[in-house]
Amino acid sequence: MTDTMLSSHLARFPFPFREDTYRYSTNVEPARQFVPTEAGGWGEHVLDLDATYEAELTERERILRRDPSRCTVLPHMRVATWDALLTVLGELAATYPGQMSLHRDGTTYRWRNDLLGVKQEFVLGEEDSLPCDPLLFAGSQAQEDIVLLDQREDALWADAGLVTFAADWSLGFDVGMRFLEIHGPVPRVHEERVITRAERFLMRLEAGQEYRRTNWTMTVDRRLDTSTETYPEWGRDRRLVVTDPALPDRLHLRVEVQHLLRLPRSGAILFLIRTYLLSLTDLARVPAWRSRFASVLAELPDDLTEYKGLSHYRDAAAHWLAGG
Amino acid sequence: MNERDGRTDEGLLLRVAGAEHVAADIRMLRLRRADGGGLPPFVPGSHVVVDCGDRRNAYSLTGDGIEPEEYTISVLRCPGGDGGSVFLHGIEVGDVLRVSGPRSAFPPAASAHHHLLVAGGIGITPMLSHVRAARQWGRSFRLYYAHRPGAGAHVAELRRLCGDRLREYTGRADLTRAVRAELRASPLGTHLYACGPGEMLDDVRAGAAEAGWLADRVHVERFSAAELDPGAPFTVTLARSGTRVSVPSGVSLLEALEKAGTPVPNMCRQGVCGECRVSVVRGRPLHRDLYLSEAERAAADTVMCCVSRCLDQELELDL
Repeated sequence: MTDTMLSSHLARFPFPFREDTYRYSTNVEPARQFVPTEAGGWGEHVLDLDATYEAELTERERILRRDPSRCTVLPHMRVATWDALLTVLGELAATYPGQMSLHRDGTTYRWRNDLLGVKQEFVLGEEDSLPCDPLLFAGSQAQEDIVLLDQREDALWADAGLVTFAADWSLGFDVGMRFLEIHGPVPRVHEERVITRAERFLMRLEAGQEYRRTNWTMTVDRRLDTSTETYPEWGRDRRLVVTDPALPDRLHLRVEVQHLLRLPRSGAILFLIRTYLLSLTDLARVPAWRSRFASVLAELPDDLTEYKGLSHYRDAAAHWLAGG
Repeated sequence: MNERDGRTDEGLLLRVAGAEHVAADIRMLRLRRADGGGLPPFVPGSHVVVDCGDRRNAYSLTGDGIEPEEYTISVLRCPGGDGGSVFLHGIEVGDVLRVSGPRSAFPPAASAHHHLLVAGGIGITPMLSHVRAARQWGRSFRLYYAHRPGAGAHVAELRRLCGDRLREYTGRADLTRAVRAELRASPLGTHLYACGPGEMLDDVRAGAAEAGWLADRVHVERFSAAELDPGAPFTVTLARSGTRVSVPSGVSLLEALEKAGTPVPNMCRQGVCGECRVSVVRGRPLHRDLYLSEAERAAADTVMCCVSRCLDQELELDL
């Protein structure tokens, strides 16, 4: 990364910790609100493009070619995928009006994306008018991963998604499951009813209301795809990195900015996941982040450390951050 | 809230762009943004809450909701009602109405294989949006519609939209008989949607239960809360101040709280919008709203104070 890219990367990085300790909570807040940080700030948009836009979309394409199951749509989610497509393209056009536009004439839409050199005309509801599934097309224009939740029988069901940058989970495994089931393995949250409250909150979400939350973990190297499917490729690095002198360059704080919207036409919940990676070396350029993340890691209870997959290198990372 | 689609925290200010009588005592209003921009899309079966002078009434949106340039509502004139419908029959083209954003409380089930729509009278209004969206997305459906002879709203349009998927009846008994037969013959995976007078809904629900339908596949929208009985009197204690407020028969809990100087944020006053939810400290709520889920009703820790009452003589609220 060049210095200019790094400084804009740092400036826009959604550093997630507001205290020196971390626990899971129902940490939702209204979307589209700018959050100043020590290095700059983030959060004024729902969809966020940065200097890695083309590179990450190329990576998404590569992952999808290798494993098409990263985009899975149960048949009843067809309307929701079209709704997601219109919503994502409309949002992109509104956020980046100089580079993108979406025009409608009856049921025919014209999409233009100058950043990728894409021009696409399509007819709402006609799959043949697009080069691929509506959800795949949305994911070829936005940097975010996308999950669609159907609401029925007083619960939410993850019934469609395009997820190429999963952090230690698998869309193919989770698709068709209930929201509560998917979150079954998360420690502590069930006693505190965090997931139940989050589900009730989402089920009450009305069209036009937009919320977001952040989540975090750590990743070895700038690897966006740490899904369960590719575990054999990245799993052992979590152990090997501990003795590597390049540890601060290889270990990254991984932050997901997750947006939660009610899709207006289908009523499905649109769950967007945007992944940001920042190496410890780069993070340490902001002294406040360095000391705060050192404290969070050092204090993190063992069960959360284990669940997030940090057990091998947590102490080493905290030690380095603390200046050791 | 999103400014781009004309929505603000106070809802939408829409101009009456057209008005026409679509059946005896039923007036259809076309509402548009004054600046000509598009309106928020909506899920079939959605309603808006309209400021009608000093009242606020909920009305179903009758368009397909996909990219609306106007909202259309059809209003039955109820001279004995609370005045909202009379107000809307009196306004003129060019007048401006304050309208809430669309709210979805009667959506089609995405996982349904077939949709059985049953409407009585003005209960046809949410079905119009269901039918239009079903056509757009190729959903399998059939519509049973009962109306008085010559008084059916939107009949010609529905015949055109539905073709042989429309079954018309002029009496409730005929409708009930036909729907009961259909309920026994419908393929597994069918979802039932019914909107109309309370007695019709009771008939349809009973028919569904007799035919072995699961409650999750039965969706009912009552179009008027005016059918609620006045209810027994009870007393409310406000936990924070210790104030006691009596709620006489025929007066809603919300009205009683307002009169006692403890207003609660509210919108539809019909148990659909969810604005006036208050926390219950003690006492068993008599839920009469259409908002809370079964699980939330069972938890009995909140109550929609615009329509719901109390099973006991005393209710303590976190106010």
